[in-house]
Amino acid sequence: MALSQNEIQRIAHLARLEIDEAMLPQLQQQLDSIFGMIDVLSRIETDGVSPMAHTQPLALPLRDDKVTAFDRRDDYQQGAPAVQNGLYLVPKVIE
Amino acid sequence: MNRQDIAYATVTELAAGLAAGQFSALELTDELLARIAAAQPTLNAFVSVDPDGARTAAKAADAARAKGEAGPLTGIPIAHKDLFMTEGLRTTCSSKMLEHFVAPYDAHVVTALKQAGTVLLGKTAMDEFAMGSSSETSFFGPVRNPWQLDSVPGGSSGGAAVAVAAGLVPASTGSDTGGSIRQPSSFCGVTGLKPTYGICSRHGMVAFASSLDQAGPMARSAEDCALLLTAMAGHDPRDATSLPRPKEDYRREIVKTATKPLDGIRIGLPEAFFGDGVDAPVVAAVEAALTELRALGAVTVPIALPNIGYSVPVYHVLGPAEASSNLSCFDGVRYGHRAAQYTDLLDMYKKTRAEGFGDEVKRRILIGTYVLSHGYYDAYYLKAQKVRRLIADDYQAAFKQCDVILGPTVPTTAPLLGSQTQDPIKMYLNDIFTIGANLAGIPAMTAPCGFTSNGLPIGLQLQGPYFSEAQLLNIAHRFQQVTDWHRRVPKEASHA
Repeated sequence: MALSQNEIQRIAHLARLEIDEAMLPQLQQQLDSIFGMIDVLSRIETDGVSPMAHTQPLALPLRDDKVTAFDRRDDYQQGAPAVQNGLYLVPKVIE
Repeated sequence: MNRQDIAYATVTELAAGLAAGQFSALELTDELLARIAAAQPTLNAFVSVDPDGARTAAKAADAARAKGEAGPLTGIPIAHKDLFMTEGLRTTCSSKMLEHFVAPYDAHVVTALKQAGTVLLGKTAMDEFAMGSSSETSFFGPVRNPWQLDSVPGGSSGGAAVAVAAGLVPASTGSDTGGSIRQPSSFCGVTGLKPTYGICSRHGMVAFASSLDQAGPMARSAEDCALLLTAMAGHDPRDATSLPRPKEDYRREIVKTATKPLDGIRIGLPEAFFGDGVDAPVVAAVEAALTELRALGAVTVPIALPNIGYSVPVYHVLGPAEASSNLSCFDGVRYGHRAAQYTDLLDMYKKTRAEGFGDEVKRRILIGTYVLSHGYYDAYYLKAQKVRRLIADDYQAAFKQCDVILGPTVPTTAPLLGSQTQDPIKMYLNDIFTIGANLAGIPAMTAPCGFTSNGLPIGLQLQGPYFSEAQLLNIAHRFQQVTDWHRRVPKEASHA
């Protein structure tokens, strides 16, 4: 399969990645060769095979309803790019 | 021990030296910190070094020993791959995105090794966010192979492998999603183990592909890996996939005495691991190792892994899919890099991620986003999960005929720096023999088994059924008792 440059830009938008127009031809070529390798999977017979998401048959573990984590907001916000009064600052979302 | 002996001693030997009072943990730490500083401009194995923290921990280890409270790892200097969170010491994943990120807590594995008394010297370089097989995608520049400075060390745990190989630390943690412990260990002549999925907690380990990621030890012998794994492994309720199993002593097979220690062990040899595309010196070294293992009592049986050839394409669907989801948290809001110039929230996300991530990470995010997107999920993601099942089932069938599987760790030895950076597919094929164990979730390890004529290390790989770590480590240990490949050291003139 071949991805068009428009399609790459659409995916990049979904992934919230800005792609430099100048990089598109090389990126297109690399993605083409990667999907060329991946496309071999379409030829494998997998009728009746159940998809494997995990290697161990694990049920979601439950724990007692007890407080185990305490407020460390200030520690966690130490590395944030912009914080004020304990809140993360982002550009205006609602006009 | 003289200074050169100390630099290349195993954890086991250093523990004996510390116990006998030949040197203190502080003296050992200072010696290795000096070696790291001297080697860094040439090898670039470390992203961060923590001399003050290391000396404080070393003094505490010496004090514990004076009180008679020393365990087998007390005072042993180690390094962590730079994706294990360390409170107070930055964790970068070798990415611009996390260049200045300091975690507010320790990863489970970091806590476990700290409690065992180890002394953390620093954080080792890697491919950015563990995506790569050469450690060239690090934001902090490529890492060099101490055996040949114009060659890559492998990846993604390349800095860890170099640090152990070049006598900078006796052991390091690594992580392995598709071969990231085993492949660099093989390229650098180091012993490394990827445990069964769920043995080591992933809490505090920056996620790449959550259903495949597993932490493990890298060291100078199988016995050392066993010692480290014993400390690292164990149930952790903070990781929902951490297995609730009793603690194990992974040295339990190693410490037994026997004249024919591998008597009756059936080693399965998959045809696919010895076919076209494997370098002749690699095949020759692995076959010579088989001769040694047969002399120790092992027998070999041919086995088939009919779908193993699909492991690279399966991995390059599932890995990027999980990565694109995991890396969506890097948005310039809660931690890490934020672009300086932007027009609105969406633009801030896009510019932040465009600036913060390198090319390989971007490629994988794009692939992952695509295979999970509307209309393509069944054809790619679901299909890959089904083929993953076929590959895992092949392993289960093979382990009815053999106890372990053996082959080369990588089809080649370390390639030249820069020789694969423009060709992702060529780079991806490095992992053709290692990915299967991640997809199936089984344990696998590498041990040095020879050198090419121009002096590059070759590694053999052992894979086993779930929870067979003690057995794998024992086989590698017995091999290391009758060979000295793991004790060879690179020439130092160039970097000492």
